[in-house]
Amino acid sequence: MTDRDWLLEYRRRLGEEGVSCSAPDPDTLAPVVRLSLAAQDWRRAAEMAAALGWRWAGIWGDPGPEDCLVRACLVHDDRRVLLETRVPWSEPVLDSHARCYPAADRMERHAQDLLGITFHDHPHGHRWTRHRAWREQDHPLAPDFPVHGHGPKRTPADTNYPFVRIQGSGVYEIPVGPVHAGIIEPGHFRFQAVGEEVLRLETRLGYVHKGIEKIAVGTEPAALARLAGRVSGDSTVVHAWAACQAMERATDHGVPARALHLRALLAERERIANHLGDIGAICNDVGFAFVHMQCARLREQWQRRNHELFGHRLLMDVVAPGGLACDLPADGIDTLRADHQVLRQDVEPIFAIVDDHPSLDDRLLGTGRLSREDARMLGCTGYVAKASGLSFDLRRDQPYPPYDRLRVTVPDLQEGDVASRVRVRMEEIHASLDLLDQLLDTLPPGEVASDLPRPAPDAQGIGLIEGWRGEIMTYVRFDQTGRIARFFPRDPSWFLWPALERLIHDNIVPDFPVCNKSVNGSYSGHDL
Amino acid sequence: MDYLLTFLPWLLAAVQALLYLALAPLLAGWLRRIKARLQNRRGPSLWQPYRDLYKLFGKEARVATTASPLFRAAPYIVFVATWLAAATVPLIAVDLPTAMVADIIVLAGLLALARFFLALAGMDIGTAFGGMGASREMLVSALAEPAMLMAVFTLAMTAHSTNLASMIDAQLAAGLVLRPSFLFALGALVLVAIAETGRIPVDNPATHLELTMIHEAMILEYSGRHLALMEWAAQIKLVLYGALIANVFFPWGIAQSTAPTALATGALVILLKLLALAVALAISETVLAKMRFFRAPALLNLALLLALLGLLGHVILEVGS
Repeated sequence: MTDRDWLLEYRRRLGEEGVSCSAPDPDTLAPVVRLSLAAQDWRRAAEMAAALGWRWAGIWGDPGPEDCLVRACLVHDDRRVLLETRVPWSEPVLDSHARCYPAADRMERHAQDLLGITFHDHPHGHRWTRHRAWREQDHPLAPDFPVHGHGPKRTPADTNYPFVRIQGSGVYEIPVGPVHAGIIEPGHFRFQAVGEEVLRLETRLGYVHKGIEKIAVGTEPAALARLAGRVSGDSTVVHAWAACQAMERATDHGVPARALHLRALLAERERIANHLGDIGAICNDVGFAFVHMQCARLREQWQRRNHELFGHRLLMDVVAPGGLACDLPADGIDTLRADHQVLRQDVEPIFAIVDDHPSLDDRLLGTGRLSREDARMLGCTGYVAKASGLSFDLRRDQPYPPYDRLRVTVPDLQEGDVASRVRVRMEEIHASLDLLDQLLDTLPPGEVASDLPRPAPDAQGIGLIEGWRGEIMTYVRFDQTGRIARFFPRDPSWFLWPALERLIHDNIVPDFPVCNKSVNGSYSGHDL
Repeated sequence: MDYLLTFLPWLLAAVQALLYLALAPLLAGWLRRIKARLQNRRGPSLWQPYRDLYKLFGKEARVATTASPLFRAAPYIVFVATWLAAATVPLIAVDLPTAMVADIIVLAGLLALARFFLALAGMDIGTAFGGMGASREMLVSALAEPAMLMAVFTLAMTAHSTNLASMIDAQLAAGLVLRPSFLFALGALVLVAIAETGRIPVDNPATHLELTMIHEAMILEYSGRHLALMEWAAQIKLVLYGALIANVFFPWGIAQSTAPTALATGALVILLKLLALAVALAISETVLAKMRFFRAPALLNLALLLALLGLLGHVILEVGS
């Protein structure tokens, strides 16, 4: 298998370091390759991957009775490996990856708060997802922790969080949030600024922790798809798709071709709606309301069509295990084709203004620059990475059906500033419209729904879907009775929030809102 | 009869001052409506700002526990100072008894007083936003104020007076003469007016983003009647600058006597002028994005430069002719 040469090379290098690992049953989590190693080698395996320039793509634990199976995903171009190790409850300590992969920082702390595994030598080992809704010694993912928590008492305010403080003459602190003006999600930002210049930004999230991972335990597959659709409301299609894909891979179930085509159609519709909204919102944040209003109008029309054809403006609960909950009506194809043409014409003058308006250029060009190195180190995907010279897209580089038969053009910009993140979105809208037409042209006939077979005990699968915000990776494991035992949806926002903290350096305080909007991390998808 | 003759002009002056109060929300509503139209929206009704003020006056005024008495007093001081400043600017008639105090230095002083208390109130509660807004407001106004005075001094040199009524009289007496110095001064005053009234591209009055605000950041902690007074004062300030530009540079149509027809013409003409200025402002706010904050000083430096060119132009081209 020449395909696995890269893996042999990695294992050989690990062997030179004295790290022994085994590859158990390599196809159980295809297309991801599993690599099992001892807990004491956990850190060295990551250091080796970092030296090879691999991307770190997530960590989660799967609690068992005696130990916890911890997995970390590493990505090398379009290939991925899943490091696995068992951490016994008698001594729940594991080395941290955060020293060689800064991206691991918060996800390890999330695992620490929810599972009770302590990460040794972590640069900031304090709480993250845990505010004060549950006690320090409690860990919600432990089997004996009740789903409803401990009683209905009021959660005290989240005080005494150790924010990093900068001392010096003229340095001051600006606390913003968690409650913001306007209709956005809650999250706290702590700026250290001197004059108008931002020296450091620290985000504090977790205010929308919904206990998704805990609620998922014991649910039926259909209920899990609904739950996954609520991980982040703006990414409902792709999160539901990722969960369904994981379940379908776990049960080795083939989904009807028409359903796959329509899932892609929904995902591209979601991408266009969100990108339109973002472009408008970015312009609005620099006081250019005209584009905002026009984009809001186009987005509204787009979403009304969603409601008309699929019964929900945001397309919630359309993707279901085994296929789709509803089919595209026969006359829908012509309606959609006409829509695509109308949108192409409508966005043209608006995008011309966004692209070439001196007053907008003045604000967007050079603002909030994220270098290619930083984007790589932080594990960014999606429009943030594509604007910073890292053109990776699952739909093209590791295609899943139906994208394996479609031409996917992926924007590749180098500047990494707000203007490029806007331009990536504009290019993606055009690319998605082309994809939508291709999908309609090749839409196969047939059923859109199929029954998910009863899963084997302990069957597990990984879902990998390119959402509009970036790569979504979802892990699902069934229990003995065909219900969900573990669900972990990894939203790209985990890597976008640290990117925001990085790219705001040397910018001025009044430019933060536009930088934030251009990155647009999901609070809900991150807090889980 | 004598009694009536002395009483009437004072009555007129009072009516004119009240007109500022009454017109201010209307101009704000008109401006919003034009902006909405330019964005292909229908926009709220012209009377919406009146409804908003009415609503705010009916609401409870919540005050932070850390607020000092200054915080409660500031809205009244800001409102009264702004209103008084407005009352010094001739609106529909020029020869009113208030003309004695209608001095440009008094106007600048009253506006500075209002701004001083606004900035103090912004810092009073001790939130980061208030202090940030106050510091930005001071940066903008420290640059805007000299530019404004320079621009008006250009006119004062022609009229040989810093009294607004005398300036308008001089302008009317001279007839329609194109003076380069006036063009420069007009440019400077327009830029200053945009900066001082917190409009795009210097500040964005419609934003909800605390971190980008200037004026709104200072009044973020106000509610109820306090907020109503602050917002009303801001609307009055907009009318004030509109009337200043309209009447000092284009005074034609203003009532020079207390005859009813002259007054009616004066009222109608100033209304049309203000509506037209608002349209121009709405267009510029639609085609421009808000500037990066540190470029605002460059804009105000341009205003100062224009004003200086106006002064120079006056000295070189117009003195002695």
